[in-house]
Order: sequence, then structure tokens, then C-alpha cells
Amino acid sequence: MTIEELKPILEALIFVASEPITEEELVRILPEVDRASLEAALGALRQEYEADGRGLELRRIAGGYRITTRPEYHDYIRRYLKTRPSARLSMAALETLAVIAYKQPITLPEIQEIRGVNSARAVKTLLEKRLIEPKGRKPVVGRPILYGTSREFLIQFGLHDLSELPTIEDLEELGSEGS
Amino acid sequence: MDDWLDRLEEIPPREPECDREPPHRYMVKLDVFEGPLDLLLHLIKQEQVSIYDIPIARITEQYLEYLRRMEELDLTIAGEYLVMAATLIYIKSKMLLPRDPMLAPEAEGEEDPRRELVQRLLEYQKYKVAAERLWSKAEREQAVFTRGRLETDEANSEVNATLFDLFRAFQRAMERLKERRELTIAREEITMAEKIAELRALLEREERVDITALFEAARSRRELLILFLAVLELVRIAVIRLVQTERFGRLLALRARALAEIMA
Repeated sequence: MTIEELKPILEALIFVASEPITEEELVRILPEVDRASLEAALGALRQEYEADGRGLELRRIAGGYRITTRPEYHDYIRRYLKTRPSARLSMAALETLAVIAYKQPITLPEIQEIRGVNSARAVKTLLEKRLIEPKGRKPVVGRPILYGTSREFLIQFGLHDLSELPTIEDLEELGSEGS
Repeated sequence: MDDWLDRLEEIPPREPECDREPPHRYMVKLDVFEGPLDLLLHLIKQEQVSIYDIPIARITEQYLEYLRRMEELDLTIAGEYLVMAATLIYIKSKMLLPRDPMLAPEAEGEEDPRRELVQRLLEYQKYKVAAERLWSKAEREQAVFTRGRLETDEANSEVNATLFDLFRAFQRAMERLKERRELTIAREEITMAEKIAELRALLEREERVDITALFEAARSRRELLILFLAVLELVRIAVIRLVQTERFGRLLALRARALAEIMA
């Protein structure tokens, strides 16, 4: 199969997947295609989507590929869907999520040590929203639960992987600029 | 974040206690701080002082003023704020103490009493920045849509259930049990081993067992607890796997063997 033949097949598969579809899944579905051609076709497809004048984009999210609308057209989509943006996370929950994202796996007492406030409710909210998940227990007194971010976290924040977050050094610089 | 402006509270200026300090009006938004560290960072920024050289007396004064203000408004002051107040006062008093003349000037062992607090503030500040970053990411994702759900998504989806889901189902059943207020006098003497055997037998007959239904059918706290532990044990020794047909849906136990057949 040529790359030109492969492109529309991949596009159709990515479109129809309800979650970001990984290269591994694509390989499984298309055993007749070698990995190199698959990657070449995906690359070409992404380039086409990056061209101006399209309402959709092909993005790498949570280790997979996903077709989404471009953010600049959200007003029109909302008119059609007749929905309002869903409730945002509170600052407390976001701060807690940030601590977990950078320090994972981390226990509740450790989160509270950094934030200086009780964070049990924020952790509960994040668990309910499936943005974090238990990753085992820390072998210390009381065996507290260790938390880490989930795949859902990557999806909801549009991240391909955790390395897309600014590094701790970047944060230090940004922080010192602000004060 | 746009609405924080209209929630600002203006506080009348306090009598300046010291002539060197200009009388200042400061604005405090009373419900916005995410804790004592957040409040301290705000005060430091507002006073335009260096985080590495905090004028402790001034900042402590303002910090306490904020707590007084909270009290006036009858807001409950979280314990963390009081602990920080004590820390600030302790640092302030330590800095007022004359240096030990027996120590060599600028002795190495002599530590700035503010050091630990500064470290905590710097550490916290990083995650505050990170949270703002996440906020803007989430903001963008709010404006992005994927294709509408297909009917097949509902029919096929089988989400891996986590222990958290199991615990949720258990908690719900516990609460429902409380509501029922049934009087059970005879103590049931079912053991965990029996419960496990019972579950195994059930799984022999049926490919999938509705765990949520089992929880709901439990007649006592004790039975519910034993059932919960039995399910945990079966998950641990990999006899079953828990799945859900939709997020937060009913919990189903799948025979691990059946699962292996499906995966094959």
C-alpha cells in the first residue's frame, strides 16, 4: 500500500475512534502495513491538517492521534450544540493537580506539605473526575496512597505526554518574573 | 479568573504605626486565597519586596490584619492560617533577638530564621504557576470538540474499573444500608473464605457477575464488608477483573479466564 493510499484510511480510523487512537492500535488494525509507512503517512496527514482554512486539526494527545475542531470555531459549535462550557476546576483542584502532575507518585500528606492547606477535598474531586488515580501505596507508616495523573488528564488537557508540561526550571523562572 | 475584580474588598487604611511606613490602602479579596502560602505570596507581591529578604515585621502585621478582617466577617479561619501566624511571629521574635556574641560574626552555623519559610514559598510558587498553565490548557480544550458520540461507543465501551470505582460502589451500598434501618439480631457467621467460595461458584456459572447488585443485596454491614474484601482478594489473586460498561456505571466482575479468551 502506498502512503497516498494509506492516508485516507488512517484519517477515517482516527475520525471514528472515540478516544485518541495509538500507533500500536493502528498497527494491530493494519497488519499488512509496516511501521515506517504508517509513520510516514501519519506525518503527511498531520501536515495537511496544519494547512490554513481547515476547521479540524489532527492532534497528538495522550500517546495517540485525535481529530478535533479548532478552538477558534467554538462559538459556532456552541450555537449548534446549545451547550455552555462545563464547570471548570477550582483553583484548589488545579493547584493540587499541578503538584501531583510534577511530583507523582505523591501522597496526600506530601501534597498538603507543599500547598500548606488541607487538600483532601481537592484530591477527592480529582479522583471523581478521573484526572488522577491511585498508583499504589508508599511503604511508610500508615501506607498512604500514592497518586498520579491518568490518561484522562492528558486527554482533558490536550497533552501528548507529561513532557509537554513546562519543566520545573521553567516554572521557577516564570515564578520569579511574576514577583 | 475574570470575575475576581468585582469580588475585591476594600479595606480602610489602618493607622500607620511607624512614620517611616507610608499610610497604605490595601485591597484584599477575602475568599480567593488558596491558603496561608498563597496569602503570603500575595502580600509580598503587593508590598513589592523580595521574597529572599522578607520584611517579616511588616508582612506579619499585614498577615494578622487579614486574619482579623476574616474574623470581623465571621469567616472561619482555617487552622493552617493560624499555624502560619504562629510561625511568622516566631520568626519575627527570633530576628529581634540579639546575636549570640560568643558566635563568630557571620558564623556559618547561624541561619536566617526566614530560610525555611522562603523555601516553602518558592516551592509553592512553582506549582501556582503550573496551575495557571494548566488553567490555560484547560481553557483551550474547552473550546475544542471531537466528533459526536456514536451509538457503538455506548454498546462496546468497556472501561477498566479501578479500585476507586469498587470503593465508590461499596460506599454507596454502605450508605443505602444505613438508610434501610433494618434490625438484624442474629449475627451471621459467614467467613471470608466462604464468601470467596460463593463468588467463585457464581463465576463458574456465569461469565460476568454484577458486583454492584451483590453490594446492594447485602443485608448487613458485616456481610457487605466481607463481600468487599472478598472482591478485593479475588482481584488481587487475579481470578477476576473488574470492568464497567460506562464510566461510573455498574461494576461487573469478569472471570480472568474468560477475559483471557476474549483477549486471545
